[in-house]
Amino acid sequence: MLRFIANRMFAMVIMTLVLSFVCFFIIQLPPGDVMTAYAAQLAAAGDSSSADTIARMRAAYGLDEPFLTQYFIWLKSLLSGNLGYSFTLQRPVSEIVSSRIGISLAVELLAIVVLWGIAIPVGIYSAVRRYSVGDMFATVFGFIGIAVPNFLLALLIMYIIYLYTGTAVDGLFSAEYVQARWSLAKLWDFFTHVWIPVIVIATGGAAQIIRILRANLLDELNKPYVVTARAKGMSERRLIMRYPVRVAMIPLVATVGWVLPTVISSSIVTAIVLNLPTLSPILLRSLLTQDMYLAGALILFMGLLTLIGTLVSDLLLAWIDPRIRTGMTDG
Amino acid sequence: MDKTQEALAAADEPVFEAHTPLTTQGTETQFQLIWRAFKAHRLAMVSLWVLIFLYAVAAFAEFLAPNDPLDVNARYTYAPPQEFRWFEHTEEDGWAFRPHVLGYDVEVDPVALRRTFVMDEETKYYVKFLPETWETKMWGFIPISRHLIGVEGRRDVLFLMGTDRLGRDLLSRLIYGARITLSIGLAGVGLSLVLGVIIGGISGYYGGIVDNLIQRVIEFIRSIPPIPLWMGFAAALPRDWSALQNYFAITLILSLIGWTELARVVRSRFLSLKSEDYVSAAKLDGAGDFRIIWRHMLPAFSSHIIATATLAIPGMILAETSLSFLGLGLQTPIISWGVLLQEAQNLRALADAPWLLIPGVFIVITILAMNFLGDGMRDAADPYGSNH
Repeated sequence: MLRFIANRMFAMVIMTLVLSFVCFFIIQLPPGDVMTAYAAQLAAAGDSSSADTIARMRAAYGLDEPFLTQYFIWLKSLLSGNLGYSFTLQRPVSEIVSSRIGISLAVELLAIVVLWGIAIPVGIYSAVRRYSVGDMFATVFGFIGIAVPNFLLALLIMYIIYLYTGTAVDGLFSAEYVQARWSLAKLWDFFTHVWIPVIVIATGGAAQIIRILRANLLDELNKPYVVTARAKGMSERRLIMRYPVRVAMIPLVATVGWVLPTVISSSIVTAIVLNLPTLSPILLRSLLTQDMYLAGALILFMGLLTLIGTLVSDLLLAWIDPRIRTGMTDG
Repeated sequence: MDKTQEALAAADEPVFEAHTPLTTQGTETQFQLIWRAFKAHRLAMVSLWVLIFLYAVAAFAEFLAPNDPLDVNARYTYAPPQEFRWFEHTEEDGWAFRPHVLGYDVEVDPVALRRTFVMDEETKYYVKFLPETWETKMWGFIPISRHLIGVEGRRDVLFLMGTDRLGRDLLSRLIYGARITLSIGLAGVGLSLVLGVIIGGISGYYGGIVDNLIQRVIEFIRSIPPIPLWMGFAAALPRDWSALQNYFAITLILSLIGWTELARVVRSRFLSLKSEDYVSAAKLDGAGDFRIIWRHMLPAFSSHIIATATLAIPGMILAETSLSFLGLGLQTPIISWGVLLQEAQNLRALADAPWLLIPGVFIVITILAMNFLGDGMRDAADPYGSNH
């Protein structure tokens, strides 16, 4: 087990390095460099003393060095907690990230909880009561989850709520709570708002997990051990929950790895449509204005989040299933 | 008649007749088997026809669009879909088949000073078959001025699905958008397929360190959320690129991540085929790597790959529409369904003009049809499988 953990940790470090390299590559992609845009902005504002400032900042960021040197400078400053500076928002990136990260994580975690909360019971139900009305509903839901893009679902819910209540869904808090400190009332207000994005984000992933779980469970349900247990007079509910469901869940735990990227991807689009105070609208804005240090840091952060999540799920899986940690299957 | 003659007569023809029917009736090619298994899937067949229809619309967009999709009408911003009627009732000749649409009447809300369109029962614009309306070039080189349907009068308008913020005809834009959205799905998957087959093939055929390295790369790409990565690459595209350059760049960006799934499928197929007897036989015969892959292995799993590729198209279309919707994908002079939905981005526009969501309906239909088609193909791809 220790060896397995060490292996995974090592892979994790390598992956993080590769990820940071990809992010830096994206930062460097736009023509010119970060200062070009900033200089143009200063010039447009009529700042004549800018040339000197720009030259000093170019030296500070090492912008005249070759690509790899720049990358190492950036990486070194990252490791010391300096994520760079956002030129459009005029604030350090770390400040922007830390002001919104809590809400971002809360929405995503809630979405994952709801996703599993819907998918597991529905998946079990539709396999056990195959071809029932409920199963058909689950199938239809599955197709909706697959075929309706997140942003469209968010738009539709927004429009329907507007049609029936005349209020616009916007953000995660009512106006009076946006600036308020956290309190029970604000928490309640948060929950009355957060269910819409959470449902939108959870739908796509839930639909896929229902499909996988249903198929896995259907394979298990006709196995001899189930028939034996049934023949011995075990109650149906206990029988299903104790044996086939547990077996069918194993490949499901392995899907945690892709649930995270899916959830983060769809939360980005949803948050932008619904104008949530999370990191996603900032990512979009930074990309549209080519504020690349901010964008790079955000992409790095989102990638890192999924890498950590995958690591945790791998370790969990190895702990549950000895075949994986001994390398008997490729998990 | 003596025996020899009889034997000769018997030996003459029946010999041939006995053999030929056996060889033609009893043997079906792999394609025929797959096609028969596929036809049994009713949903997949319906989806196939839906997709053929959609792609035909995309192919003949110039001819089918009743209006110029870029034509701006200041008088008709956010005009609702017109009421379409097949028959007309007049005093003189009763009911007559004369397809027409109703004109608009503008009502101004005295308080908010907002304009609303209502249908005007008095004004009728007659819809003609093959009228001479606006000029364009079919596929960019054949000049045409006749279109499938249209209205001929100078002040007549035909907005069957309403108009957008600039008074452009949504139906025509939808038809033109089909071309970009549907083709980017195909192009993206085509590119992913090339990358996937080459990389997955190398990985599965050679194995060892190369395989290990490629698998780690695939794992890495798949463990990162795709949307931010796509957004990052798309945002870095130069703003002064032409529409065509932009289109190809977006296709490339989408397939840079999309190839991984195909590569995995190809690799696993390669691994399972590598130990087959006929591959070993070819190897012992001294066939080169390329020949073994091309002549012996590829035909064995090409149908499977086509099915997987079909299932990858919806993902591409979703990615393109999402990116364009966010303003990072295709840019405005290009019309795609995602670009059209960008118009519906805020609640104000949606509340005023819910018909702007119509492109979304088509996205959903396309993706559903692609999924059903892919599922049917995947089941049919293995005609010797246990489920048939």
